[in-house]
Amino acid sequence: MSAASRLARLKAGAALPRPELPDLSWTDFAAALLDATARGLRVVAYFGAPEERAVRLYLVLADDRGAELAVGTTRADGETFPSLTPQCPQVHLFEREIAEQYGLRPEGHPWLKPVRFQPPLRSLVAAPPAVAGITDFYRVEGAEVHEVGVGPVHAGVIEPGHFRFQCHGENVFHLEISLGYQHRGIERALAGGPDRRSIQYLETAAGDTTIGHGTAYCEILEALARCRPPARGSALRGIALELERLASHVGDLGALAGDVGFLPTASYCGRIRGDFLNLTAEICGSRFGRGLVRPGGTAFDLDEPRVRKLLERLERAFADSRSAIELLWDSASVMERFEGTGTVPREVAEALGLTGPAARASGLDRDARRDHPSGIFRFHHIPVSLGDSGDVFARAYVRWLEIQRSATFVREQLAAFPGGLARVEAGAIEPLRLAASLVEGWRGEICHVALTDEKGRFERYKIVDPSFHNWSAIAYALRGQQISDFPLCNKSFNLSYCGHDL
Amino acid sequence: MIKLLRARIRQGHRTLAYPDGPPPDLPERFRGHPVFAAGGCADGCDECAAACPTGAITLQPALAVDLGKCLFCGECAAACPTGALTYGRDYRLAARERGDLVVTETETVRLARALDAKARRLFGRSLKLRQVSAGGCNACESEINVLSTVVWDLGRFGVQIVASPRHADGLIVTGPVTENMRLALRKTYDAVAPPKIVIAVGACAISGGPYLDHPEAHNGADSTVPVDLYVPGCPPHPLTILDGLLRLLGRLEPEGVQRREQ
Repeated sequence: MSAASRLARLKAGAALPRPELPDLSWTDFAAALLDATARGLRVVAYFGAPEERAVRLYLVLADDRGAELAVGTTRADGETFPSLTPQCPQVHLFEREIAEQYGLRPEGHPWLKPVRFQPPLRSLVAAPPAVAGITDFYRVEGAEVHEVGVGPVHAGVIEPGHFRFQCHGENVFHLEISLGYQHRGIERALAGGPDRRSIQYLETAAGDTTIGHGTAYCEILEALARCRPPARGSALRGIALELERLASHVGDLGALAGDVGFLPTASYCGRIRGDFLNLTAEICGSRFGRGLVRPGGTAFDLDEPRVRKLLERLERAFADSRSAIELLWDSASVMERFEGTGTVPREVAEALGLTGPAARASGLDRDARRDHPSGIFRFHHIPVSLGDSGDVFARAYVRWLEIQRSATFVREQLAAFPGGLARVEAGAIEPLRLAASLVEGWRGEICHVALTDEKGRFERYKIVDPSFHNWSAIAYALRGQQISDFPLCNKSFNLSYCGHDL
Repeated sequence: MIKLLRARIRQGHRTLAYPDGPPPDLPERFRGHPVFAAGGCADGCDECAAACPTGAITLQPALAVDLGKCLFCGECAAACPTGALTYGRDYRLAARERGDLVVTETETVRLARALDAKARRLFGRSLKLRQVSAGGCNACESEINVLSTVVWDLGRFGVQIVASPRHADGLIVTGPVTENMRLALRKTYDAVAPPKIVIAVGACAISGGPYLDHPEAHNGADSTVPVDLYVPGCPPHPLTILDGLLRLLGRLEPEGVQRREQ
């Protein structure tokens, strides 16, 4: 019997009674984590939750081949727990987060620094309040080595974060990224919910991923209430999720073109992104899909004329996208800047646990829509788009492939829009459950995990935005690059600050 | 080259005629300025206030919606048993004073008046703004960015988003002002040479929005810097932001372009 077989199994978008969760000794817990990740399972969430005079650690792994999640827990008494980062790098930020949120120090962590400079959710040890941006930054010493600090306020209209480069001339030896400026206390505020504000927190956790986080949240509530949203509502959620992807990917390709000074695509895509946002607004009145996804289905429905109108406008926006984006691959000046810039090799992408287009651009064949399908994706499959070079070009080209496939999906869903209701009553939440959901947002995999107490309230609500996995990849991608390529590398990931900072 | 030219012809000229021509079509389900049905409330009913996630609705002395807190989520309208409160398609929402954002059956939002003559001489034809996101979720930021695309072409009004507060005449602030960004916002404000203006965009920057009264944030921009223009929404439509900017600069008549049909 392998160590990993001690873990409980469930499907993404399902719930388990908490008494059925394995309560492992630390030795068994660590062995299960290391055994499972060695077998190719991925850590999708690893977090603490308060327990009487201690903290309980929860581990959620994704088994992509088995289309299942594996869950284990262990009780951490005292002020420390052994760090597993040296053996399993993909837990590095999760362990730092546990240290920050619960004052529990991972012994032997090679890079123990603040994650968000947030006040602890609960701490058994008194710690001085963290001040954003004050930490011991890594520093390279030597003749002609210099340091460049950028942010938190950046030059563009973009969220805040602090970046520190160790440079030798134009060459970057090392980039350190320090975030937390956007911390709004979402996880703290969700405890005790759900209430009327809960879904607003999720819709604004990363506001450009309203549908992605909204869907992940509703799937949690539906799992806890044993509710299955109707086909019509599921189809509409899928359409909205892919429209969000279309708008973001088109916008990103425009921004990448702008960062290499290729203005035609930059200006066309800036506009076309708006055309896709307006399709979402046609469905629900909000360009970002606010108020659309609700427990039990969707708060808006589509009638026949609206479906036809959406189809027509989708075709126009997609044809415009093709005309604008294909210019990139035909322009030597663009390709010269894209190719070989900011490369993340496949092994590094795997070790860091990357997700989304950034992972697929490095050749990792993972996509929650196929591997852990929920809602409409259980019935309609979108082919996974892969690259292999792991550079800016691959991240751009994977987006173009995804644009084409998402457009096809939306077209097919609208053409065969199911009948019936868009929404059903979700019902009451069951007490003492653990529920987990995985949704492939446009940046990658969104993971939500909820623990309910004996009254059916959230005892703990954990959010893992894809950016949480992927920020380290930007730091890696910059090694050996010119500092002037930072904007291009950064944009090729286009990660969320607020989704990370919560 | 021939492909570039073909694409150029296909993509065409897309800049809006507005404000010289009519504003662009807004989606049918767009939620703009609240619409009150006269005497529509059932006695003792508080469903709308109970449904509101941010406490934007008060019932005494009369039904009122604070657009500074409103997320335009429509939960109140969905909860209302009599249809007394709905959301119309009027996108014009920006105001100069915080109190002007509270609307009732008899009072619509008091639309932003222009800057005084001296400020208009300085900023009326060239206004450079630095954007600071202080806990924004990237929706308001995105809608501000949209104003710089070819469709909205903010540059034609002499308004530009610039890279440094040292180049700027003022700030556009988004987000509830997180504790972790408060110092950076203050320093950015201090780095702008006076006279300067501050524009708060979105429910978060006006009141804290969904993060109202969170200890991790400060209930909006005016907790930290003085605000000259409030643009409600979650996020506001780009047209709402542009309308506010143009009013501030005195580029629209006080009555503005004609009210869109409801």
